[in-house]
Amino acid sequence: MFQIKEQPVVFDVCIIGSGAGGGMAAYQLAKAGAKVALLEAGGYFDPADPKYITQLKWPWESPRRGASNHRPFGDFDAAWGGWDIEGEPYTHKNGTEFDWFRSRMLGGRTNHWGRISLRFGPKDFKRKSIDGLGDDWPISYDDVKPYYDQVDKLIGVFGTVENMDNEPDGIFLPPPKPRLHELLLKQAGKKANVPVIPSRLSILTKPINDQRGVCFYCSQCSRSCQAYADFSSSSVLCIPAVKTGNVTLINNAMAREVLTDPVSGLATGVSYVNREKLTEHTIKAKVVVLAASAGESARLLLNSKSERHPGGLANSSGVVGKYLHDSTGASRGAFLPHLMDRKRYNEDGVGGMHVYTPWWLDNKKLDFPRGYHIEYGGGMGMPSYGFGSGIENMNGKYPTAAGLMKPAGGYGASLKEDYRRFYGAYVGMAGRGEAVPDINNYCEIDPNVVDKYGIPVLRFHYKWSDYEIKQAKHMHDTFEEIIHALGGVASGTKPGADTNYGIAAPGRIIHEVGTVRMGDDPKTSALNKFSQAHDAKNVFVVDGGSFVSQADKNPTWTILALSMRASEYIVNQVKQKNI
Amino acid sequence: MKRRDSLKALTLSSLGITALNPQVALAEQRELDTQMPPETPLKIPNGRTKDEAIRDAKLLKEKFLTPSEMATIKVLVDIIIPADEKSGSATQAGVPDFIEFIVKDMPQYQTPLRGGLKWLDLESNKRFKKIFTLCTKAQQIQIVDDIAYPEKAKPMHSQGVAFFNMMRNLTASGFYTTRIGIDDLGYVGNTPNVWEGVPADVLKQYGVSYDS
Repeated sequence: MFQIKEQPVVFDVCIIGSGAGGGMAAYQLAKAGAKVALLEAGGYFDPADPKYITQLKWPWESPRRGASNHRPFGDFDAAWGGWDIEGEPYTHKNGTEFDWFRSRMLGGRTNHWGRISLRFGPKDFKRKSIDGLGDDWPISYDDVKPYYDQVDKLIGVFGTVENMDNEPDGIFLPPPKPRLHELLLKQAGKKANVPVIPSRLSILTKPINDQRGVCFYCSQCSRSCQAYADFSSSSVLCIPAVKTGNVTLINNAMAREVLTDPVSGLATGVSYVNREKLTEHTIKAKVVVLAASAGESARLLLNSKSERHPGGLANSSGVVGKYLHDSTGASRGAFLPHLMDRKRYNEDGVGGMHVYTPWWLDNKKLDFPRGYHIEYGGGMGMPSYGFGSGIENMNGKYPTAAGLMKPAGGYGASLKEDYRRFYGAYVGMAGRGEAVPDINNYCEIDPNVVDKYGIPVLRFHYKWSDYEIKQAKHMHDTFEEIIHALGGVASGTKPGADTNYGIAAPGRIIHEVGTVRMGDDPKTSALNKFSQAHDAKNVFVVDGGSFVSQADKNPTWTILALSMRASEYIVNQVKQKNI
Repeated sequence: MKRRDSLKALTLSSLGITALNPQVALAEQRELDTQMPPETPLKIPNGRTKDEAIRDAKLLKEKFLTPSEMATIKVLVDIIIPADEKSGSATQAGVPDFIEFIVKDMPQYQTPLRGGLKWLDLESNKRFKKIFTLCTKAQQIQIVDDIAYPEKAKPMHSQGVAFFNMMRNLTASGFYTTRIGIDDLGYVGNTPNVWEGVPADVLKQYGVSYDS
């Protein structure tokens, strides 16, 4: 018998998704006293519960030694899901590419993210006014700054005050000292005229409250921190929100559609399917907040069709799904011969880089319109599957400490010596840039395909333009300048025009935004400047979907700030009886 | 030896002679021991999802490599990573079992590995009328020397070189991800600590400082 189980209570708010945007909204609204239903498509996750902990595990605790053939970032990475989830497909149009990463767990993708916590700068909200491309945001840096400040204080971020153009400083905890290769990168940056400054990561180098511990420098934030010393939405927002007593967390709740009133057109609740038991449910709520990710929120809105909203909810403009964009990405590695036979010591440090390069050039003098930043890696890391692979391409090229040249490859005691001498002598660099939002890059509902729950799936259409491809070329030129200044040897060959200069496939950087963009004009935007749907005033979108443009920064800190701002607006609107 | 004769010899060796090899006999006994493992209810290890635990348990139960293949792998990985004054050998670190798991988990290895092991036996049969594991150490090294140095190897050995590169990489993966391998390498992290920067003597060695 087909039965839909209905929650008898009417919640003040139903939030769909528990990542950065949903976690922040749940936390803020619950603190304000609202009764919240928080739906998460995946299972419960608490990084402090031994059941879930992978942090501080050794490679041999995985039979595949942490290889990434099942979990995309390795067996120990705190992401349940990945590019492909069984029974939850997505499709592509006209042979274009888009890879979509989903984490089905409390906290979503924030459990494994890079913790790179950059504010957008004043120019990032007004790109059209600068270069004529895309659109300006309906808000400015000054509108968001107070929320960035509050996010810094609530969650914690380390960094340094630099007073750089368009790289706003925050309220910073002290940064960790650079590692050896990072000191060398700073030196090289000076030679190459590329700034290398302390990174800005949401990791606690000092205590900020009695709920969370401080970093113990294991470099494994990607496994989510059992001391709650990194920002994971699970530990820092969702679990504290549940502790207020105002949040009903429902796991394994895969939202099907937002339900609306046929007369008013307003949202009345959400229907969802239990991912494990396949039971059908509805939740009634006065306000519905979508935070399911730019892709999932667009999918939900487009699937919420009714007489009143024939093109899907919040989509009278037709822009839902359009202007999808991900950060650009290109990367290169290098070998540093002078780091061979290094002295051993623990340089794990925090999870990620201690220094980075913010965008430093003027696009008016370049052949591409938007900037990028550079992230660095390297050092004496914990070995995992793939360690030492390809030594036969290295050990014949560089003499031993005693000046002896050996033939490439080999075996035996001499080979063991080689693994030791090459250990920790590599650096990696990755550019992450801003793409120009384009109406022709979009996701839409595939007319023919449903997932295993019967929910129509997304179909992607995405192509990089010359703007992004030229930017990737510039990244590679910069990488080689830095590697040269380091006295390093670049790995592999420099990608050329035939591979679009090695630009990563769209989606691979996992910064997809823009699908439910905000704007002042309801004809060209889905949301107003408070992330509220033009077409239904009790519907909000607080994930990356609301972004007008992505900037050369990572999106998380802006998602958090905008979700906090939308939550405050919801509270005020309810108080004023507007919703 | 004519091709037909060598094939005949191989058939004979795989049916008869290998059974005399004590390593093979031991491995076969182990296989018998593991053929009917007791049914135990699924235990989900910490940090794994249920689906992952089911998949890993299933893979661990299956067997891909034959006892004679495993015997050859044991010889090879200890040639690649033998015990030395600093640390133990690949077999001491359990590399053969790692390889057995990984070829089930990453099926793309199955044909190159199985075929490469066959190549090795054919080559040793050609040279010494014996499969690789029955060769003397000197004979084994003679073959290995022909395939272990990609830039010096003869073109006629290119398939052997590709196989040995794969074995070298798998052995390194398996060895350096164990306690023995990690201690050999000198990785001293993965433990709570306080990062206070690069040690002073290292700063000095590389001519860098925190002041500039």
